[in-house]
Amino acid sequence: MNEVLHFLGTHIELIYILVLSIFVGIEVISNVPAVLHTPLMSGANAIHGVVIVGSIIVMLNTEADHVVLLSLGFIAVILGTLNVVGGFVVTDRMLEMFKKKK
Amino acid sequence: MNNKYILDLIYLVASVTFVLGLKMLSGPKTARRGNLWAAAGMGIAVVGTIALHEGEVSPIIYILIGLAILIGSVIGWIAAKRVKMTAMPEMVSLFNGMGGACAALISLLEYHHNVGLTLRTGIIMGGMIIGAVSFAGSIVAFLKLNGTMRKSIRVPQYNLLNLLVLIVVAACGIYLSFSNEANGLILYTTFALALLYGFLFVIPIGGDDMPVVISLINSFTGLAAAFGGFLYHNQVMLTGGILVGSAGTLLTVAMCRAMNRPLFNVIFGAFGESAVAGGATKTQGSVKDISITDAAVLMNYSKSVIIVPGYGLAVAQAQHVIHELEQILESRGVQVKYAIHPVAGRMPGHMNVLLAESNVDYGKLAEMEDVNPEFASTDVVLVVGANDVVNPAAKNDPSSPIYGMPILEVENAHHIIINKRSMNAGYAGIDNELFYNPKTNMLFGDAKDALSKLVTELKAM
Repeated sequence: MNEVLHFLGTHIELIYILVLSIFVGIEVISNVPAVLHTPLMSGANAIHGVVIVGSIIVMLNTEADHVVLLSLGFIAVILGTLNVVGGFVVTDRMLEMFKKKK
Repeated sequence: MNNKYILDLIYLVASVTFVLGLKMLSGPKTARRGNLWAAAGMGIAVVGTIALHEGEVSPIIYILIGLAILIGSVIGWIAAKRVKMTAMPEMVSLFNGMGGACAALISLLEYHHNVGLTLRTGIIMGGMIIGAVSFAGSIVAFLKLNGTMRKSIRVPQYNLLNLLVLIVVAACGIYLSFSNEANGLILYTTFALALLYGFLFVIPIGGDDMPVVISLINSFTGLAAAFGGFLYHNQVMLTGGILVGSAGTLLTVAMCRAMNRPLFNVIFGAFGESAVAGGATKTQGSVKDISITDAAVLMNYSKSVIIVPGYGLAVAQAQHVIHELEQILESRGVQVKYAIHPVAGRMPGHMNVLLAESNVDYGKLAEMEDVNPEFASTDVVLVVGANDVVNPAAKNDPSSPIYGMPILEVENAHHIIINKRSMNAGYAGIDNELFYNPKTNMLFGDAKDALSKLVTELKAM
């Protein structure tokens, strides 16, 4: 119990961010027209690619001689980059189509 | 020392771009800029994380990170640029799976540094399990959408089986969190079982429901990223992850609402079961065929035609030829419009993207609410590869599993031509009385094939 309280206390600003982000996430997309559902999903998909930051941190904290961990981290960074770059580029391509019409 | 503060500020800026990006993505005029803003934010977050890291890091690690980013960027860029517009949904699913796998790998790597720290291990388990589920689930969704895995497989008692797997996964995760000793065997078992759960979760769900599932898994991956945020006390991972988690959930709900299908049914497959029950009341009657020539004549000499494009058009990649058909009819003085059901195509909004790709005028795309009153004064409705979204049972038959779903009321038009590959029931597995309507003519064949023939026939007239 104490450990939980301690955790909550030391992470309180993260918990604030968590709670507020939930509301922001719901609020910002609440008026999206159905036409934009697919690009929005795709754009959101690219944003959770932020997990790449975690994979970079893992790599930075790994000792240079630990081949197994480095290889796994290396793969993680590649996967994260795929998510980010692929996600944003694909979204841009979808939206490019819409723009031509205006 | 100051590096950390600068990095925190960079993360703040990146988080703001994510919020703005999502906001702008929700409006047609700002959407593209919004995507670029979010991408720029992601860029500075990544560069900042590498450049402002404190502590001794061997150069080889910087080289490896740079190399990994380079490889990922090149492959991601090429894949995203090359993918066909019709294949977009599976591409999104694939990229989503990559993010999930990334989150799961991070957790696998961090586990050994955190054994004995209950809460931290708990967070790691959360990230690993959710990441693995969304990786496996996305891959299955990808394979289903690209046609490799066609059938929805229903293992007997699969709801029970799924629940069982989930309970075991959760129990292992909890055990590892409280255990003070590293246990590689249980760790990898948990990982494997989480993958299995992701597989079992998506495998019974049919192709039409995939968009909802992808959207749901998308928000899962967001959650997995957010776990990473807690682990590293990293604000940008937390905001990015949670934003996607909550926005993705809302989007999933919005999609379900458009189909009038509770999320619960999509996931637990109650749909398929109730459809079997509803199948007892089969519609009787005969179906009328129409030849390509007759269909061409009918459309050529009418005043107004409304095209209802559906899943079949997307699968057959017939978006260009339908535009050609529309142009020919227009040149003959026929008024042509497209009626877009909110869930037409392979993802909500996907039909608009497809038709935009083949240069269909934006003004010709009519949304369901606007176009429904117009059917009564329309001469011909051409339904291409759509079924459930025009099934009148959704309005008249309370026992039908799709009862209550908003539909395009095409039965009000003077003539209805339905292009379909065969008489097979739609995804919902229920009969469509529209096919037996005396005003209806069936034009059997692959959408692209049939439409090309129609175009040739019309040109000759």
